[in-house]
This record gives sequence, structure tokens and C-alpha cells, in this order.
Amino acid sequence: MDDTDDTLVLGGEKFASRLIMGTGGAPSLEVLDRALAASGTEITTVAMRRLDPASRGSVLDVLRERGVRVLPNTAGCYTAGEAVLTARLAREALGTDWVKLEVINDERTLLPDPIETFDAAERLVAEGFVVLPYIGDDPALARRLEQAGCAAVMPLGSPIGSGLGIRNPHSIELITEAATVPVILDAGIGTASDAALAMELGCDAVLLATAVTRARRPELMAMAMRDGVVAGRRARLAGRIPRRRYAEASSPVTGPVGEQRRAPS
Amino acid sequence: MRVTINGISRDLPPGATVAQAVETLTQAGAGVAVAVNDEVVRRGAWGSTTLGENDRVEVLTAVQGG
Repeated sequence: MDDTDDTLVLGGEKFASRLIMGTGGAPSLEVLDRALAASGTEITTVAMRRLDPASRGSVLDVLRERGVRVLPNTAGCYTAGEAVLTARLAREALGTDWVKLEVINDERTLLPDPIETFDAAERLVAEGFVVLPYIGDDPALARRLEQAGCAAVMPLGSPIGSGLGIRNPHSIELITEAATVPVILDAGIGTASDAALAMELGCDAVLLATAVTRARRPELMAMAMRDGVVAGRRARLAGRIPRRRYAEASSPVTGPVGEQRRAPS
Repeated sequence: MRVTINGISRDLPPGATVAQAVETLTQAGAGVAVAVNDEVVRRGAWGSTTLGENDRVEVLTAVQGG
């Protein structure tokens, strides 16, 4: 397979990059802008919040300049009703019917609430939204959301901002094996090898923010994430060798120095 | 007339519109969305939608996140 054919199709649109970068946590819009450029991302998330008259500079200006697609999220919502209203407001403010659906259950873990998320997903799909739900690493819920008409499923690797990587690779693999919509590993990525692992497990894309924006050098980490996603994707397409219990020689087994001294077994 | 705009109680003249409520926060319309009592008011209707006593107005925009 030629790399150039390997496009991500999400919500009926094609993307060359399989890295989706969030904008949260960047110390300044300048740092964010450089990190976005270095990441090569074509989609980036924003949150919807009450307008603050005192705030200077808009993240939207940066994203418009960069030419990346804006994906509003419903971060901060605890109920389906709040999430549906936030999605409607985002559609009105940003002119997009795409939404990263995020309904959390408690503020300590920020883990997604499956009941509220599913309820909101059904309502938003019915309203014509392209719904990308953030969920736990639960293959059953992923299937139900796909059946409900979601455009992708976005299981977590570990809690938001934790940098704990992918705590349950087995579940992620069960999700990617069964899904017929894109699977986007969302949350928990700490470093480039986590992003590569997500792709090796069959994810179609990776969404991350904190790992880049709170890195000591965000721009450099953005490059590492871009490379990690590409490396993992290529490895997935190439097909890893099976794991073996014992060694398999990679050099010829006959004719080494001293061969005659070893008795045949 | 008392209305709540982004959680803060404010005095607006009777018959004030959504557009007037938004103007208390910003002159910019782009990238902004409004809900009154949890119902979205489309931008095109801001000037013609009047507010009532104790209405809750939410004015949102996109910020860094996710």
C-alpha cells in the first residue's frame, strides 16, 4: 500500500494526517500556533465557554490562519442536556455540525459517563450532527454508539491529561477489530510511543493535547507525536511479526566457525 | 428589567433585545453563539428577539480546550 493512498476518512471528509491536536493547555497562542504547525494536524479541538470581555486574542484566529478544521467539544458537560445545548451553540458559533461529544461523570477522574454520552449521541445524530463521542475503553459501548450513527468512536487510553498512556491495549484492540467507523484514541497519551502503540493497535487516528502543550518543548513534542503516529500507522499496515517464546535466528544457522565442535542434538 | 448574562445579573431597558445583551460583552458577532433560557437564538434573530424579566442569557465563544 502506497503511503499517499492512506487517507483518513472521517465524517465523509479525507485527511492526510492521522493526528488530531487539541488546543488545551498551551501557555500562549504563539506556542500553540507553532505546535499545531509542527504536528501537521488538520483537525483541532476547541471548547465552548462563556465569552470573557477581558480576554485578548482568539484561538479561532490562530486556527483560521492555520487552515485547520475546528472540532468543538462539549468538555465540562455532566449531562446529555448540557452537551446537546453546547453542541447546538457550537454549531451556531462556528458553523460546523461536527462535535466531539464529551460528557464526564466526575471531576476527579474526568471519566466519560456512558449513559449520558449515549443519550446525547442519539439526540445529536437525530439533529444531523457528525458525532464523535469520547468514551471509556469499552467495546460494547463503542458498538452501540456506532449503531446509533456516530461518525467515529473515541476511546480513552487513560484519563484526560494523565499521560498514563494506553492502560488497556487489549480493549482498544477489541474496539478496533470490530468497528466499521474510525476509532480515534483520545486521552491519556503521554509520549510518542503511546501514539505509535495506538496506531499499532489499529486505531485510525490519535487525539491529544496535553502531552504536547504541557511538554517542556511543545513544538518538538508535536513533531515527535506526528512521527509516532506515522510510524505506528506504517507498522500496522506492514504487519508485525508474531511474538515467539524462543529465538528465531536471523543469520544462517549452518556454517558458523566451530560448527563441528558442537554435537548434533 | 433584570436579566442574567453569563451568570451575572444586569439591568437592561424593558424590551431589550438579545443583540443589546450581547453588546454588553462584545461588539464582535463572529464566533459567538447565544442561548436564552437554554434555547439557541440564531444570529439573524438577535435584533428581533426581545428579552423578558429574569431571562437567562448565555453568550459563548470558542476557547482553547480539548
